[in-house]
Amino acid sequence: MNDITREIRSAVAGLFEEKRIDRFIGHEKGSVPPRSRPAFLSRAEDAERLVWDGFCSNNLAVYLPEIYRRQGPKKGNEPPLPRTGLLLKGCDMRSLIALAKERQVPRENVVVVGVPCAGMVSLRKLSAAVGGEEILDAMEEGDGLRVTAGVRTVTVRREDVLEDSCLSCRHPVPEGADVTIKAKARPAGDGGDAVVAAFAALARTERWAAFRVEMSRCIRCYACRQACPTCYCKVCFAEDNNPGWLGGGSEVTDAMLFHLIRIYHQAGRCVECDACVRACPMGIDLRTFTRKMAADVRQMFGFTPGFDIKEKPPLCTFREDDGQAFITDPDAKERSS
Amino acid sequence: MSTDESFRPKIVAFLCNWCSYAGADLAGVSRMQYPPSIRVIRVPCSGRMNPLYVVKALQNGVDGVLVSGCHPGDCHYLSGNLVARRKFALVKSMLEFAGVEPERVQFSWVSASEGGRFSSLITKVTEDVRKLGPQQAFKKEIALHE
Repeated sequence: MNDITREIRSAVAGLFEEKRIDRFIGHEKGSVPPRSRPAFLSRAEDAERLVWDGFCSNNLAVYLPEIYRRQGPKKGNEPPLPRTGLLLKGCDMRSLIALAKERQVPRENVVVVGVPCAGMVSLRKLSAAVGGEEILDAMEEGDGLRVTAGVRTVTVRREDVLEDSCLSCRHPVPEGADVTIKAKARPAGDGGDAVVAAFAALARTERWAAFRVEMSRCIRCYACRQACPTCYCKVCFAEDNNPGWLGGGSEVTDAMLFHLIRIYHQAGRCVECDACVRACPMGIDLRTFTRKMAADVRQMFGFTPGFDIKEKPPLCTFREDDGQAFITDPDAKERSS
Repeated sequence: MSTDESFRPKIVAFLCNWCSYAGADLAGVSRMQYPPSIRVIRVPCSGRMNPLYVVKALQNGVDGVLVSGCHPGDCHYLSGNLVARRKFALVKSMLEFAGVEPERVQFSWVSASEGGRFSSLITKVTEDVRKLGPQQAFKKEIALHE
């Protein structure tokens, strides 16, 4: 058991004993090594189940909108809302702020235990690193991971198997957490700008071909949507049936439409945690497109989601001098030609 | 690039009720000429536009999409078009990033008094789209059993 796990357990037990929380959501050891899974606790004794390692990649903020969703209209005096404790990394913390900003979660009812994040291990990369053998155990040792796969035990460098989103993470430290655990965060990266620039450098037809090939693998399971904390609509446009925007079949344009619009819906919300990418069973590269949307919002509107709870979402507001170079002006064209 | 002169593009035009739709009306009653390529859908404000409509229109096989609203500052609802401008900027940028020709989806401002501007806008957009040729990339192909 590492120091961080020990500190988290004592902090959570303390929160229960001080009666500051009714429940706590953290990570516990999963049934399939080396995975961790979300743990839902309701007593101080349960804190012993909590763990912290390189496999706690789930963004736990995803459960909050469901917990605080109002069921029907308000009737008289309602019982007070539950107080939820939550274990969050840098990106998850920003998701929580994005949700609180849109009044999906009452921030005052959430007690955040923040962990400065050293990056999460990608199960896909780890599996490739051990040659696809079944992973029986993985232990963290400093900068390395001792992995028991099949009959062998190998040590891989942590840096080689980290999630891409973690390698390029800009904000690994949760800002504004109620309790911050002592841990070492990784240095800030470029936020994935390189991925966007590389894709944008391709010719237009190549971009379209790549997009189409990528989306043609989509099986429309909507795991990306379920894993995303800021995809909280009660009825998703993908399941609307009057009008039915998407067909039921496996048509590639339906998948393209779904992903374009889902990513568009994350404009000003996406904190680039890559929960969608990790959730995808087909390993579709959604990253390039979510990064593009986040980069556009940052460049056009100077907005980075997930920090200031009072700042208005960028698509709910405007500035007089917002760029409009893209607007077609028929008269201007005539004058210049 | 298609130079086929006989190709007559189909363009869906989402026009704001308070300005561009009236601008189209004015172009009509003033007997101004423009290509018969647009299919008009009236929206209560350009702020009512959902990017889904644009993408869905392309999926349904139109060759181009035009969205037109009031000039910034002239919105009937004060700021609908200014909020819409932010949405449009993101849609245009995202579609271009994914590889859709930027001329396929165009946004413009036309006021109710600008019949001439409306007719030149439609002429320009039609010509842009005609040069690109039919839109096949995003079109949904429906397999028919024979």
